[in-house]
Amino acid sequence: MASIAVERPTTWRPVLGRSAMLIGVLAALCVLWEAFKWFGETTGLKIGTFVVNDRTFPHIYDIVGQLFEPSRRNGPLLIEVLWDAALFTAKEAAVGFLLGAAIGFVLGVILAHSRLLQRGFLPYIVASQTIPILAIAPMVVVWLGGRGFPDWFSVSIIAAYLTFFPVTINTLRGLTSVDPRALELMRSYAAHPLQILWRLRLPTSLPYLFAAFKIAATASVVGAIIGELPASIQDGLGGAILNFNQYYLSSPESLWATNLIAALLGITFFLIVVAVEKIVVRRAPEHVA
Amino acid sequence: MSVVSLKKVAKEFGAGGVKALEAIDLEIAEGEFISLIGPSGCGKSTLLRIIGDLIQPTAGDAVVNGKSAHQARLDRDYGIVFQDAVLFDWRTVAKNIGLPLEMMGWDRGKRSERVKEMVELVELTGFEGHHPWQLSGGMQQRVSIARALSFDPSILLMDEPFGALDEMTRERLNLELLRIWEASGSTVVFVTHSISEAVFLSTRVVVMSARPGRIVGIVDVDLPQPRSIDTREEPRFAELIREVRQLLRRGGGFDVEEPTPTGEEDFIVAEEQLQ
Repeated sequence: MASIAVERPTTWRPVLGRSAMLIGVLAALCVLWEAFKWFGETTGLKIGTFVVNDRTFPHIYDIVGQLFEPSRRNGPLLIEVLWDAALFTAKEAAVGFLLGAAIGFVLGVILAHSRLLQRGFLPYIVASQTIPILAIAPMVVVWLGGRGFPDWFSVSIIAAYLTFFPVTINTLRGLTSVDPRALELMRSYAAHPLQILWRLRLPTSLPYLFAAFKIAATASVVGAIIGELPASIQDGLGGAILNFNQYYLSSPESLWATNLIAALLGITFFLIVVAVEKIVVRRAPEHVA
Repeated sequence: MSVVSLKKVAKEFGAGGVKALEAIDLEIAEGEFISLIGPSGCGKSTLLRIIGDLIQPTAGDAVVNGKSAHQARLDRDYGIVFQDAVLFDWRTVAKNIGLPLEMMGWDRGKRSERVKEMVELVELTGFEGHHPWQLSGGMQQRVSIARALSFDPSILLMDEPFGALDEMTRERLNLELLRIWEASGSTVVFVTHSISEAVFLSTRVVVMSARPGRIVGIVDVDLPQPRSIDTREEPRFAELIREVRQLLRRGGGFDVEEPTPTGEEDFIVAEEQLQ
């Protein structure tokens, strides 16, 4: 009761602590990786047909080092190739994310305002997600390709397909989780439904929305990478993965390095959403997810 | 002319289910401070919501300012304060207070002028830029009152507004509320669990019975205005409290007591022992 005006901490200490934690965990993971590799190799560990050696379990420094080797004889460095591929995939994923988030949000708003529509449509929205993306991707590529859309846009649509679902579900949940007394207040002001949506329901649902955006951000990257395979796009990370898969026996580090870059791309997308959330959502500290 | 006029108002929940209210007749004049008191579940909050057109009665008529309660709501005749402040977390104090004005299309300049007045009225100057979670419970409730008064509604509906606060904060806010009431000249309908709070604040105390809620009696509070800290010391104050308690007892109010979060039952017991 006595606590008044608790200011947000503005010191650097939490930031430093978090960075130290991040680096510590990363280091621990590297140590675990190398320890397992050493243990597997010295004891000749076999799990089924899986044997630990430089091919199945390359050294971390070899994986990172591979990034700075030429990708092919007299070619550019692997990291340059992967950088271009990551940018290409990022474009597909970003367009897919924005499309999916917009569609998902609009669907959620519509469903939140009608129980009847909810009953009618929600089962199909759920069903849409049970169909494997690999089954749909070729159809999307053929349909859109036949209508003159560029192939990368088909991949964006596939990414959007993975993205819209969590956004719809959380929009619905967020818009309907409004304090009933807050609604009574709005009614006592004779508020128009659009005013209630904009001034009460939407702000209430923002934490739910951003939880969905975080899932959707990483899903859009996965969607884009997978979507590149049936679209036979060579320029993105999906293409790179497919390519290095074929050379795995001679150069396993290239595939591992590509995976590393793909993971970094997903994390980047996630962090962008987190940053936007920090700017947009002003809520009691304990309410921020 | 009455500001609020209830005729044979009844409310049942569910199809032929629980009778919450039965045959409520009540006339409230302009500028009155009316308290509704009764045991838990007697339907006093329901009655408040019927006056405010937040729920519909199953029978009877609610006329407010000479029109239907519904029309009165559309005309923004009500300011509402709940037990919890129900502030919007994402808005600052000033923006919370200005929320009704935004909806009513006031322009920015007029709005900020009005918000400034309200902030001064509830003595929160310096906290305009704070967010609700940075305020104490009492301060939050003052923001909520300022928001309710911001558009100058003719009726203030208050549903146990100080029920979640500690005794000392509550007594201070009681005095503040009286000051605000005198300054604004609006009519107040106030739901409470506390006998002393009802007597201290009101011009009339409406005592209700256990379910189904009926009006057992109305106590005219003839304590001099304006009330002050000393009002509670007057012998007449104790007499009126006894009157209200007797009515509550007749309405079965002491058979169905449920614990309240404020430890108010202790207060009732303590007073009983005093006699």
